[in-house]
Amino acid sequence: MVRRTLLVGGLVLALALPPLAAAFGLDYVVGVAARILIFALAGVSLNLILGYGGMVSFGHAAFFGIGAYVVAILSYHADQGEPLLTWPLVIGGSELAIIAWPVAMLVCAVVALIIGAICLRTSGLYFIMITLAFAQMLFFFFVSLEPYGGDDGLSLAQPSRAWPFDLSDDRQFYYLVLALLLFILYLMRRLIASRFGLVLRGIRENERRMQAMGFATYRYKLAAFVISGAVAGLAGALIANHTEFVSPSFLDWRRSGEILVVVILGGMGTLYGPVAGAIAYLMLEEVLARWTEHWMIILGPLLVLVVLYAKQGLWGTIEKMSGRR
Amino acid sequence: MSPLLILEQVLNGLQLGVMLFLMAAGLTLVLGIMNLVNLAHGSLYMVGAFVAAMVARWSGSFVVGLLVALPVTALVGVVVERVALRRLYERDHLDQVLATFGLILFFNEAATMIWGPRAVYLDGPSWLSGAVEIIPGAPYPAYRLAIIAVGLAVAVLLYLLVTRTRLGMLIRAGASNREMVSALGVDIKRLYTLVFGLGAMLAALGGVMAGPIYAVEVGMGEHILIQTFVVVVIGGIGSVRGALVGAVLVGLVDTLGRAFLPGMLTLFLGPATAASLSASLASMAIYILMAAVLVWRPSGLFPAHG
Repeated sequence: MVRRTLLVGGLVLALALPPLAAAFGLDYVVGVAARILIFALAGVSLNLILGYGGMVSFGHAAFFGIGAYVVAILSYHADQGEPLLTWPLVIGGSELAIIAWPVAMLVCAVVALIIGAICLRTSGLYFIMITLAFAQMLFFFFVSLEPYGGDDGLSLAQPSRAWPFDLSDDRQFYYLVLALLLFILYLMRRLIASRFGLVLRGIRENERRMQAMGFATYRYKLAAFVISGAVAGLAGALIANHTEFVSPSFLDWRRSGEILVVVILGGMGTLYGPVAGAIAYLMLEEVLARWTEHWMIILGPLLVLVVLYAKQGLWGTIEKMSGRR
Repeated sequence: MSPLLILEQVLNGLQLGVMLFLMAAGLTLVLGIMNLVNLAHGSLYMVGAFVAAMVARWSGSFVVGLLVALPVTALVGVVVERVALRRLYERDHLDQVLATFGLILFFNEAATMIWGPRAVYLDGPSWLSGAVEIIPGAPYPAYRLAIIAVGLAVAVLLYLLVTRTRLGMLIRAGASNREMVSALGVDIKRLYTLVFGLGAMLAALGGVMAGPIYAVEVGMGEHILIQTFVVVVIGGIGSVRGALVGAVLVGLVDTLGRAFLPGMLTLFLGPATAASLSASLASMAIYILMAAVLVWRPSGLFPAHG
């Protein structure tokens, strides 16, 4: 009951947010809200492997960053009128969302396939560290990528063109992000309830047993890793449009930590958990940062307390109250 | 590319290697014995460096700074262990990663508040400021040689401690079977606190010695922490011997890669392409090394258990 009320109420509030913000003269809120939804999307992507697959990836910001860079690089080439590649095919840049965003997801999927194929040979602690190391490797790759700004990053000449939306308008951008998040949540819900999702959850509980039952668990885990990477790439494509700027800091390991925090805070292994987590984490950041410049001195210990005493997370608690777990 | 230049770079690599070893030894002991991933290990490295820089400025002596920083950092480590980390031993790695991530945020912000956001300078001892001619015609900074010597001495001492003393016996026993050790009447909590303090002290030693070479600043701990993880993963979690081999390997690959990749690539490619490609390859080299090791041996070069 509580759960349903919150879901419906949340959706209504999300839809009504831009006019409400305008009515109270708080237009900047729409931008903040879009940022929250993008982090929620990144959290949803990590939740698939972390919450449902039991794979603790500490390098998820890599896909987030790559997605952002793909959009920025394609837009840079379109703006300069230089082709991206001249051999063996001539490939130009693009500012069209319909092209750039799927390309971002595709690139992330391919990278996730390579990284996942290596990382999933290990498990437990080694998996945490090797995903972190790969993300760090990509971080340094972008730092030394001088043609695209290296350490300083790269500005977007203009946001992607996503007809019929005008993404330079905060409100239209917000509604597009909201629509995409809802669509991905719908797909996730289907995926998790499917046979694939059941196998994945089985692997989380007991991988050996699933193997004994004849499932090729490595392939299932790899598939989940690739899907997760692609969705994180979409979140990256959106954040590039939000900030209209990309830099290696998007792939910073602290960013990976933040995405993990979003998932845990909301409740891992619950469909809407990452959304609740993103709302709570970024709002907390907003509020604390307004209160003191040294807000991390509060956030750090708070995180320790959440891990120690509130592991179920926000949405996890609500699901439990509603008797769903 | 003269032999002398190569020798100099090998020594630089060795120096980075022993610094990484000081970090990795503590991290791998805590991992192997308490089964705890401590991301905040880098924060202890930072605390050690800042305390030493502060005391050295007051007293005018690097050695005094070092001697104060070691026990202070060990104390900070013990307090953190008592207050927060002790509750995490029984938890899974995810919880440990998150909680110690929170600790990093705390330590970084605390350091900014106490010592300011800008880098602080720490001068090495004046009697080590010169250069030593290792072989005639090849001067090498005495301070860096001293780091290598201290690092190797610590490696020998740790080896003796772990293999030859009663404490070392308990440490090894605790790593294999903690219930059995505590059933035999050993105060396992005290043992853990002791090991953690030792690890904190080694991290501080690394941080203080790094001070005069790199800047003492907020965030210095994380960079080396991630490299240390690479070392621990390559060496095998829980193995001090693996930490030493991994550290030297990573130190050499990183330093030699940065020094010689540009030259080597120019032989095959144009100078502009070679410059940008070698810059990214050199900074990625240790991660590629790690991936290669893990493909070959998924639990590191010297797996401690089994």
